[in-house]
Amino acid sequence: MNKTKTSEQPDTSLNFFNDWKYAPAPESKDHIQLKKQYGLFINGEFVPPTSKKYFDTINPATEEKLAEIAEADEKDVDLAVNAAAKAYNNVWKKMPGKERAKYIYRIARMIQERAREFAVIETMDGGKPIRESRDIDVPLAANHFFYYAGWADKLNYAFPNRNPQPLGVAGQIIPWNFPLLMAAWKIAPALATGNCVVLKPAETTSLTALKLAEIIAESGLPNGVVNIVTGFGKTGAAIVNHPKVNKVAFTGSTDVGKIIQKAIAGTSKRVTLELGGKAANIVFDDAPIDQAVEGIVNGIFFNQGHVCCAGSRLLVQEGVADIVIRKLKDRMETLIVGDPLDKNTDIGAINSKEQLLKIQEYIKIGINEGAELHQSSCSLPNKGFFCKPTLFLNTSQSHRLVQEEIFGPVLAVQTFRTVEEAIEKANNIPYGLSAGIWTDKGSKIFNLTTKMRAGVVWANTYNKFDPTSPFGGYKESGFGREGGLHGLLPYLSL
Amino acid sequence: MSRIEVLKTYKIYIGGQFPRTESGRYYSLTNKKNEPIANVSLSSRKDFRNAVVAARSAFGGWSSRAAFNRGQILYRVAEMMEGRKDQFVKELILQGSTKKSAEAEVTMAIDRLVYYSGWCDKYMQVFGTVNPVASSHFNFSVPEPTGVVAIIAPEESSLLGLISVVAPCIAGGNTCVVLSSNSKPLCSVTFAEVLATSDVPGGVVNIITGISSELYTHFSNHMDVNAVIYCRENSEEKKIIAQNSSLNVKRTFFWTKDWLKSESENPYLMLDLQEIKTTWHPIENIGIAGAKY
Repeated sequence: MNKTKTSEQPDTSLNFFNDWKYAPAPESKDHIQLKKQYGLFINGEFVPPTSKKYFDTINPATEEKLAEIAEADEKDVDLAVNAAAKAYNNVWKKMPGKERAKYIYRIARMIQERAREFAVIETMDGGKPIRESRDIDVPLAANHFFYYAGWADKLNYAFPNRNPQPLGVAGQIIPWNFPLLMAAWKIAPALATGNCVVLKPAETTSLTALKLAEIIAESGLPNGVVNIVTGFGKTGAAIVNHPKVNKVAFTGSTDVGKIIQKAIAGTSKRVTLELGGKAANIVFDDAPIDQAVEGIVNGIFFNQGHVCCAGSRLLVQEGVADIVIRKLKDRMETLIVGDPLDKNTDIGAINSKEQLLKIQEYIKIGINEGAELHQSSCSLPNKGFFCKPTLFLNTSQSHRLVQEEIFGPVLAVQTFRTVEEAIEKANNIPYGLSAGIWTDKGSKIFNLTTKMRAGVVWANTYNKFDPTSPFGGYKESGFGREGGLHGLLPYLSL
Repeated sequence: MSRIEVLKTYKIYIGGQFPRTESGRYYSLTNKKNEPIANVSLSSRKDFRNAVVAARSAFGGWSSRAAFNRGQILYRVAEMMEGRKDQFVKELILQGSTKKSAEAEVTMAIDRLVYYSGWCDKYMQVFGTVNPVASSHFNFSVPEPTGVVAIIAPEESSLLGLISVVAPCIAGGNTCVVLSSNSKPLCSVTFAEVLATSDVPGGVVNIITGISSELYTHFSNHMDVNAVIYCRENSEEKKIIAQNSSLNVKRTFFWTKDWLKSESENPYLMLDLQEIKTTWHPIENIGIAGAKY
């Protein structure tokens, strides 16, 4: 064949769609029971907000209203914090770790029992593919409770020569990208270490946290140990600024994290911040290319790119740049974008209209900066908030596309020649949450993992999470760790 | 005729060099009888910024030294101090200490260096973990130094306090810029001379003298500083430092302790200035079920 002789780029595309159509495989939502209206979970029961104000939560894939959520104001937050403080002083801090553990084990088990329900609600409320909520978010959330339950009576083994003590009331604010999982990351270690909790889920994704409140009530956990208040930024500010809150744990944007760090200045409040990221996913010329391409796809398109540790910068060594980018483009063509409840869907809905507008703005910025846009040719549903898998070629280190967190399915591609250049480019951003390294050479992996100024380094893999594995950032990606033994420390005084 | 004593010029220590402050300013130190002891550099923001540059350039080399080597170097600092014990005691007395308390402070400061020297190649084993993740990956977490640390050292415990803060910082691979005690700065400069002759690379520890009220905002809002430690009592300064730290998410610590107590030395102070890094790698999954060995 003359074609292969003259063409330097053999056709590697995977044209499944032309002769291999996927039939719709929607997960049923018939069994889901949602109340019309959800109150605030304070002192063990659902109560209406004092303001009587509610806001709608919608399904971002259909724009249909799912339920009304209470908006907590300062008074409600005050009630919740006081309930937590009372529970802490009267019950929780006196309870032996062994007994605390059993409540946390119960919560873990009840999430497992109701896993399917949680997965479907998570997908309806947040827009993530059912495959991810079913296989990642919900099981990991249950496992997180299970893991930390076991720590409750073993804390003295975690910190040698110390006598660790709880802090009191933990005010916790979580984002919308992994609603239930982030609630688990926050609540489980706080309870295991003997603290009480006031948690605020993100306004677009309150439902699974409220379902978790139902489980917490059923588990018999003493009233007030966990309180869940819903609302917007103002509600979060009320938690952060409440004088009886001893510890603030926040996961979200670096901008808000800085505001929180500033707000608690001059108080004795402890704080942990898990903030934004702009991770470099570095592919060396000796990498297993096909695996690396899968890793790049998983790195940036997992959960629509709404991941603080997303591999949103691809650094590819020049020698393999052409083949990697070609294979990546081919692979992007096969990604199924659409109904999050469909089990075949790879990329679901963008979490909110606001976020979609932000992503679209960044795509414009990228074009204006002179980068070369490429999107998959897929069609998007007419309703709901969707974004095509997107990459930008010819980006440079100073581009906003490279420096700023987009939190969407948009990949900025850069190339490099030497290992030193890769290290320099990877670290030359204010963030330091995560990094990816793809190479077959062990010594290179160990060199790179020590050189990356980032809290999590995935070598020849990406976006893996586990309750035993500490997660958190360097530099402006925040401080403190969640997960593992190290995840206990932010909730204890030693 | 008795010999005329050669007086020492107390200078600051940046990047392994002993410059005077670029500002040309000084303040006079007097003893209890109000007699002049020394003219001390009143360091400026520019001195601080130069020191941060020196600390940043030293960070890569210092943090990647073998832990064993860092331990040896810290031990060497203790050795050098032991030889200069009398000088430190004399300076402390000059600044108002009794002979007994001066001797106690100096020996404890030396022992504290030996203590942290020993931690250099051990804290990683205490604070690192191998994490049994459920998937087929090898996963481990290790502490790594936070980076450049800006330290406002204790005012009263001018030698022991200084060493109690600097030692856990550099033992963990960080580099630092230290503002030493304003009222008792002499030992900090002599300590700098010890460092300069102890195989501690230039820039790892930078010591400037001056006034906290002039410098604390710069210590806390410099964008190339990763962490701040403040060891004094002024609550207004504490608050502003904490606020400024939010500019680049600095790790902020307020270490006010009785540095004479033995529990004031512990590896958890080192841990404050460490970041935990977790690395994942897949494990090939062949030959498990059938293994009989």
